[in-house]
Amino acid sequence: MKLVKKILLYEIHNTIRSKWVILYTFFFFLVGYGLFTFSGDVNKAYISLMNIIIIVIPLVSIIFGSIYFYNSREFIEMMLSQPIDRKSLYIGIFLGTAIPLSAGFGIGFSLPFILFGKVSEQIEGFFLLLLIGILLTFVFIALSFLISVKQDDKSKGLGLAILIWLILAVVYDGIVLLVIYYFQDYPLENAMIVLSAFNPIDLGRILFLMKFDIAALMGYTGAVFQRFFGSPLGVIVSIICLLAWIVIPFFLSHRFFKKKDF
Amino acid sequence: MINQIKLIFILSFILFSSLTFSKEIIVSSTGSINSILKAISQSNDYDTILIKQGEYAEGNIIVNKKLTFIGESYPIIDAKGIGEIFTVTSNEVHISGLVIKNSGVSFLEENAGIRLEEVKGCSITNNRFINNFFAIYLAKSADCIINGNYIEGVKKREANSGNGIHLWYCRDITIENNKILDHRDGIYFEFVRKGKILNNHSENNLRYGLHFMFSDSCEYARNTFVNNGAGVAVMYTKNVLMTDNHFSKNWGPASYGILLKDISDSKIEKNIFDENSIGLYMEGCNRVTIEKNNFTKNGWALKLMANSMGNYFYDNNFIANSFDISTNSRQNFNTFEKNYWAEYNGYDIDKDGFGDIPFRPVTMFSMMIESHPTSLVLLHSLFIDILNIAESIIPAITPEALTDPKPRMRMLN
Repeated sequence: MKLVKKILLYEIHNTIRSKWVILYTFFFFLVGYGLFTFSGDVNKAYISLMNIIIIVIPLVSIIFGSIYFYNSREFIEMMLSQPIDRKSLYIGIFLGTAIPLSAGFGIGFSLPFILFGKVSEQIEGFFLLLLIGILLTFVFIALSFLISVKQDDKSKGLGLAILIWLILAVVYDGIVLLVIYYFQDYPLENAMIVLSAFNPIDLGRILFLMKFDIAALMGYTGAVFQRFFGSPLGVIVSIICLLAWIVIPFFLSHRFFKKKDF
Repeated sequence: MINQIKLIFILSFILFSSLTFSKEIIVSSTGSINSILKAISQSNDYDTILIKQGEYAEGNIIVNKKLTFIGESYPIIDAKGIGEIFTVTSNEVHISGLVIKNSGVSFLEENAGIRLEEVKGCSITNNRFINNFFAIYLAKSADCIINGNYIEGVKKREANSGNGIHLWYCRDITIENNKILDHRDGIYFEFVRKGKILNNHSENNLRYGLHFMFSDSCEYARNTFVNNGAGVAVMYTKNVLMTDNHFSKNWGPASYGILLKDISDSKIEKNIFDENSIGLYMEGCNRVTIEKNNFTKNGWALKLMANSMGNYFYDNNFIANSFDISTNSRQNFNTFEKNYWAEYNGYDIDKDGFGDIPFRPVTMFSMMIESHPTSLVLLHSLFIDILNIAESIIPAITPEALTDPKPRMRMLN
């Protein structure tokens, strides 16, 4: 545990020094600041922020994670020549990447709210969005590590990372739409709930929808979603699904990492 | 002789005064006149009946003389759940300051707290109606005022709940400053001419906050309709003026800020539509002007069915709605101009305050939802955004003609 902490601190230091995280923080700060200055309406700002969060966070996390892992390859090899166990090293690197990135997001995202005094206006929405952002960061860093451990070739790995992002952010919803069109004669509401669990981006999006587009969700379909995702049970299940999206790729990659021949 | 003349004069004066001047009859549970029915039987036209504090349970009270009822410290008139309470069949009856309770639920008769039947010039002011089937019921009456009443129903099922204020075949009625809660319809208008509904608050009603049919040339202004089962419905009417009303939190699968059906030559101005499932629903509406309204945080700000023509939408604000407009056709015969759309992201090079490229408020996704409601699950998805952008460049399924050629760059206050 002590070792994990040591590696973690070193990694955090290293990540922050790379300045990317600072840029990332600054990006969220600017977006939030801009939205509040130009629109003034908190609800509109929330919807725009949600749109940005569910697109940008997965993309940045998965690319940043892969690049970081590939760039630390020599460091990892060097560390592995020391008498330390692979588990501690791996956990240390993982958390050392995910924590600064989520912190960067958290700070950049929260600052405009605090500056404009808008936290209290929609406190539930604020914390929900913060939580979704942080969970998505962890999910996509875990995915990027899985890719990087399996794929030694850096350019192939990066290509795969972008492909996975594209599938989860865009293609998956296209498939969902196809399913809706092809099976329109069947009651699909519950199937949709299950389908959404297989995509962390959709999970994050739907969780947030339940708080902000309530009015649009009052039809029959909306009522079914609302009853599941709007209930405390639904929120807990969704968060567990998101956690599973962190834990499963992490353990898989950890297993590969332990057996990997550097 | 002079004395005799004096006496005759005084006597005739007394006689005369008793004929023309009104007297005041005091009803109190401890006094000699202890019931309202007794007071009415002893009264003449233009008398005032003052009802002292207390509880009076005397069944149906038929008012067939021009009387004024005044309650002192809110006496309670209780029907104990059987029949009607006041039935007014005479002109110029004024009722104020009473608590009217428990008129009977019936499936055959529309028992009311106060019923005005074919009368003129009456007023019902500052009463409290609690737990009545119908609270105030006007039939074939004219020139009456209903002001400052507090009306609270019981909110059971639609079938055994009546309306708060019910008007049938009336004209020139003013309904002002009333608060209506938990009835079936808050205010009900059928075949009314020149009615005015001002400053009322209608909340938590089972069906409509205001239900309005075949009532031409009416006006409603500065009312608040909150959290009613289905919002407000205005149907089969022309020349209605709706201004400064607030429609809020009407949530449900069939819930509307306002539902307009077969309305023509009317005006909807300066209203606020806030957090409704559907802000404004228009079906078969012609030549209606919709101006200076605020649509915020609705599911659908506007649902415009294709059988509506010649409506004119301008100077409205559309902010943070899940969908601004949805429609069921590729045709459009309505005009949109100078509205502010929060969704608009065009530019304004000539700095005249209006965007240089037209805005298309109907997105592909809103058309998709009309045909495939399940696709709602994809709301705000990146994939859908891409589709919407592609559709806005080359319209394939959205109505091409439904555009705002001069969208505002800034919100209108």
